[in-house]
Amino acid sequence: MFNFSYKTQRYLILFGFLTIPVLFSLTFSYYPALSLLYYSFTDWTGLGWEMHWVGFANYKEIFTRPDIFGAFKNNAYYFVGGLIQTALALLFAVILTSRLRGRNAFRAMLFLPYVLHSVATVIMFKNVYHAEYGSLNIFLDAIGLGSLQQSWLGNPHLVNFSLAFISLWKYFGLSMIIFIGALQSIPADLYEAAKIDGASGWQAFRFITVPSIRSVIELMMILTLTGALEAFDIPYIMMLGANGTATFVSTTVDMAFKFQKAGLASAMAVVLLLIVLLFIYVQRKLVFRGDK
Amino acid sequence: MDRTNKAWTAVKYAILLVAVFIVFFPIYSVIIGAFKTQVEYYQSGMSLPHNWLNFDNFQKVFKVGKLGLGFRNILIILAISLAGNVLFGTMVAYALGRFDFKLKKPIMGMYLLAQVIPMVTTQVATFSVIKFLGAYNHMTAPILLYVGADVLQIVIYLQFVNNIPKDLDESAMIEGASLFKIYRSIIFPLLTPATATLVIMKTISIYNDFYTPYLYMPSQKLRVVSTAIYSFVGPNAAQLNVISAGIIIIFIPTVLVFLFLQRFIFAGVTNGAVK
Repeated sequence: MFNFSYKTQRYLILFGFLTIPVLFSLTFSYYPALSLLYYSFTDWTGLGWEMHWVGFANYKEIFTRPDIFGAFKNNAYYFVGGLIQTALALLFAVILTSRLRGRNAFRAMLFLPYVLHSVATVIMFKNVYHAEYGSLNIFLDAIGLGSLQQSWLGNPHLVNFSLAFISLWKYFGLSMIIFIGALQSIPADLYEAAKIDGASGWQAFRFITVPSIRSVIELMMILTLTGALEAFDIPYIMMLGANGTATFVSTTVDMAFKFQKAGLASAMAVVLLLIVLLFIYVQRKLVFRGDK
Repeated sequence: MDRTNKAWTAVKYAILLVAVFIVFFPIYSVIIGAFKTQVEYYQSGMSLPHNWLNFDNFQKVFKVGKLGLGFRNILIILAISLAGNVLFGTMVAYALGRFDFKLKKPIMGMYLLAQVIPMVTTQVATFSVIKFLGAYNHMTAPILLYVGADVLQIVIYLQFVNNIPKDLDESAMIEGASLFKIYRSIIFPLLTPATATLVIMKTISIYNDFYTPYLYMPSQKLRVVSTAIYSFVGPNAAQLNVISAGIIIIFIPTVLVFLFLQRFIFAGVTNGAVK
């Protein structure tokens, strides 16, 4: 069947194995990204194909309408939550790489939320946060802290914290496992040498652990940042963006599919894309600086 | 020294137990809620259900929430998307990892760049592509996106291909094997560990995905698990006990996968992150 020379075979393989996957990637990643740029300069509604060039009008609208650009304010909650999550994950990773009975069981239990279904998790928290019958308020009452009971989703000052906590609860274990992987790759003799030199636990952490996993910490920071910028599922599923919980992406989705302003939504997507790419670029630069 | 060590260990356990409590508190409350009747749910607070064999809520949510249909649809989507991912991933990794050619660098760069484009942001435009292809409101829409737009598999497979010694290819060539045979009988089987990890990670992420099916398959007949529970909760917001049962049913599949295949999941998470 394959009596061709290796040279011919090589062409056949390269052509046969790459054409379709590359076409897929171009169609579903690159073409959308580029056409997004074009739509962002039009007044396209998303229905039909009629559109008119409007120049930078959409971009102007984004930066002047407080309900659009101001939505980033709500993304800040997820960013702060992400920072706390990263710090806690590192703490637990350090604890769970030390000699400790049952550490594998603890790792598995703390990682569990990550594999739980995302929509079901949000709905589960809807039950937990329920003002009257939610288990959180019932629990607070039962341990004598009834005065701390809150309307976790109704109070506009609290609701974004409640939502950001769900994200922390779900993704904490993931960050922890990534940190554990990084910590295990640090050679143990470094710590022994430090011990002989009389270094304290904190000094070992500060001068051995942190520098050794610096690139992973940086990676986690960028994931936290981009994850916070793209926060969407939790506020959308829980509240449909109501009660002041709309994030930038949930506003974009509403603009495009609810208010039929696909042109404006495209411009919003371009702005977000540029911000994310900028952060990733800065992070890569930082990493390379570290290598030199 | 010994005493401080012991105190330190006690502190560690205390911290861990608090964390475990926070993780399991919400899960515990939906488990007990799922077995309660509606009246019982609103009166009994956090206490255990009277009857652990009360499966009414489960039956109700399965039927009214159309979870059976949701599971059937997501299984079909999963099977086809995973097959496509594995096939495309191994093919591209073989071609890019084993041969030098003019377009190699651009294609490699294309995949690396595609990885950082956040999928959520480009949906407005992807939506028009899917509509143009006539895939809107059809199972092909999510399948095309899961196969075509995600590139994680290529990055992971490439790492593994580079670790397979080239001597294997060369000795097969001396024996006259065709390049396709080398892919099929050497490269593909040796990539099995990567395939296992990938299949598990993708299964979890596709099963969890809400955005794609919600946007591209609004039809009732095309409900997957995510969209089924989402639309069930809307009109039934009052019946927290029935909703709890639905949550438990939906949690079970990935929890089982996690319990039995934990090793692969941890490997996948660490491989994917530390590129």
